[in-house]
Amino acid sequence: MSRIETTFAVLKQHRETALIPFITAGDPDLGVTAELIQTLAEAGADLIELGVPFSDPMADGPTIQFASERALAAGTTLGGILQLVTDVRKKTQIPLILMGYYNPVFCYGPERFARDAAAAGVDALLLVDLPPEEIDEISVAMRASGIDLITLLAPTTPSERMKRLAATAEGYLYYVSMTGVTGAQKISPKDIQPAVEKLKGLADVPVAVGFGITTAEDARAVGAFADGVVVGSALVKIIEENGQSEELLPKVAKFIIELKHGLTAPTS
Amino acid sequence: MNYQYPDERGHFGKYGGRYVAETLMPALLELEQAYMEASQDPAFQEEFKYYLKHYVGRPSPLYFAERLTKELGGAKIYLKREDLNHTGAHKVNNTVGQILLARRMGKKKVIAETGAGQHGVATATVAALFGMECEVFMGKEDIRRQSLNVFRMKLLGAKVHEVTSGTATLKDAMNDALRHWVTHVRDTFYVIGTVAGPHPYPLLVRDFQTVIGIEAKQQLQEAEGRLPDVAIACIGGGSNAMGLFYPFIEDLSVKLLGVEAAGFGVETGKHAASISAGSPGVLHGNKTYLLQDDDGQIQHAHSISAGLDYPGVGPEHAHLQDIERAEYVSITDTEALEAFQKLTHIEGIIPALESAHAIAQVMKLAPTLSSDKIILVNLSGRGDKDIHTVADALDVKL
Repeated sequence: MSRIETTFAVLKQHRETALIPFITAGDPDLGVTAELIQTLAEAGADLIELGVPFSDPMADGPTIQFASERALAAGTTLGGILQLVTDVRKKTQIPLILMGYYNPVFCYGPERFARDAAAAGVDALLLVDLPPEEIDEISVAMRASGIDLITLLAPTTPSERMKRLAATAEGYLYYVSMTGVTGAQKISPKDIQPAVEKLKGLADVPVAVGFGITTAEDARAVGAFADGVVVGSALVKIIEENGQSEELLPKVAKFIIELKHGLTAPTS
Repeated sequence: MNYQYPDERGHFGKYGGRYVAETLMPALLELEQAYMEASQDPAFQEEFKYYLKHYVGRPSPLYFAERLTKELGGAKIYLKREDLNHTGAHKVNNTVGQILLARRMGKKKVIAETGAGQHGVATATVAALFGMECEVFMGKEDIRRQSLNVFRMKLLGAKVHEVTSGTATLKDAMNDALRHWVTHVRDTFYVIGTVAGPHPYPLLVRDFQTVIGIEAKQQLQEAEGRLPDVAIACIGGGSNAMGLFYPFIEDLSVKLLGVEAAGFGVETGKHAASISAGSPGVLHGNKTYLLQDDDGQIQHAHSISAGLDYPGVGPEHAHLQDIERAEYVSITDTEALEAFQKLTHIEGIIPALESAHAIAQVMKLAPTLSSDKIILVNLSGRGDKDIHTVADALDVKL
């Protein structure tokens, strides 16, 4: 069993919902990212999505755009992120998912990336702008290295397509809760529940929900029906505001503990 | 040569494709379906032709530039006068086509990105014509350079969003247009201004622009009884060039020459010559040549011409380069400025700075060819919008 499968299996036994924080790798620098990963894991995160910064993050709102700019200004590269994963793997077995845009992976070389990422201890890859129509050009290499390719589904995805994509999903399914960019609006849990319930019926893998989850209350509401909740912009905002300050890690830990609390309470 | 591109998945050889977020994918599939039906529907084609003729003012003239020919002392030079179109550039051919498609699909709102403002104006114009809501995304830097076009768009009823992210130019305007589209995809039609972006845009923009090459081919046949030896056009995204080139692709005797912007010079790193000095990558929904670093981060483009100031190029040009059917060269800011002044002085035609890049290449090439050769060049737009930029460059206070 992969680290992702094991994690979700254990959570299911405990009737818990997975908490999946997103942070941009290299924001404010890779040294702090290493500490943040450790803090997130210890505070209750179940999986971590690590953003790979890109100069043109077309699916992201201002919060994550700025995080990307800070990370790039600090000299973050994909190679540097893989080295970071290699280092943190010595201390934690938490599943790590690299998330971002295709071009940095394309330029690194998909085969080389698959090899190096697997060796570093990356569990999965989520590329926002590589839809199923184009995924063939990397899927063979990723599969050979045991890297899961996470599929995104959106409110605009038609029923037939949803069925087809859910059936072949790896790792977990990421349901984008709204039409929009990251961090833009607040989620309306009861509006998305039917779609998530339907997806759970179609997929063999867990269903995580992301976009617009900013508070413990949101997380609890969505966690009542989803297998996982992703929290990105709200967390990235804390990192933006506290940068290199000593307050950063305690504040992040506090936020994660609050979020996780809503996901472990016996509501499901 | 049997040229059949793109394939059914929108690929031009290794390039093109649909690299977008899942939220947009269904909209692209719907657009593709709608366009395939429209392109087979004689009523749609008739309507398109009607507006091109009566609203845009087509056919645009093919003008024999006699004095420029004499001055350069070589090949005969013919100008395809897209500058005489309504709104002053080739851009309107495409926006008429797309707005008719948007209307056919029942959309009420359109959005567009713009660099020099020509595509923004052309979109705002047809939106006014059909009573649709229009929002245009434009980089802060370009708003400064092209204040006249910004005011034109506002007069036409469009809302202009100032884009401050990244380099605040065309690429960032396109990022923000895509962000807006992902948020409003259910009721909004995205009018892309060039032969780039995800499939089917490179295909449909090319199709709407081929009227340029089809007319020019027929007009030159009437004037000279033959094909040109060389067809020249400037390349930002490359829509005026694809429009000119496409009807000649299987005429192998016609050399196709695309002119990129070399800015301060390709060797300085401050340029917009994606094919000449870039490498393959994925941006804005398609795979193509890009200006980028080794880590796949997109680099700043530079050109005196806002319309060429883009770090990528349409995927079909990338393919034409790889199969060696077209050749791509580059022209510096300084050379373009000289050509701008030359054409103005000698023919009484003020070209857009974009088109001045093509004219500059003509000035290099024509003297090397004998007088029985023919160069066909796309004069893609008029230069009124660039007067302030040119005055600045020449140190003239207006």
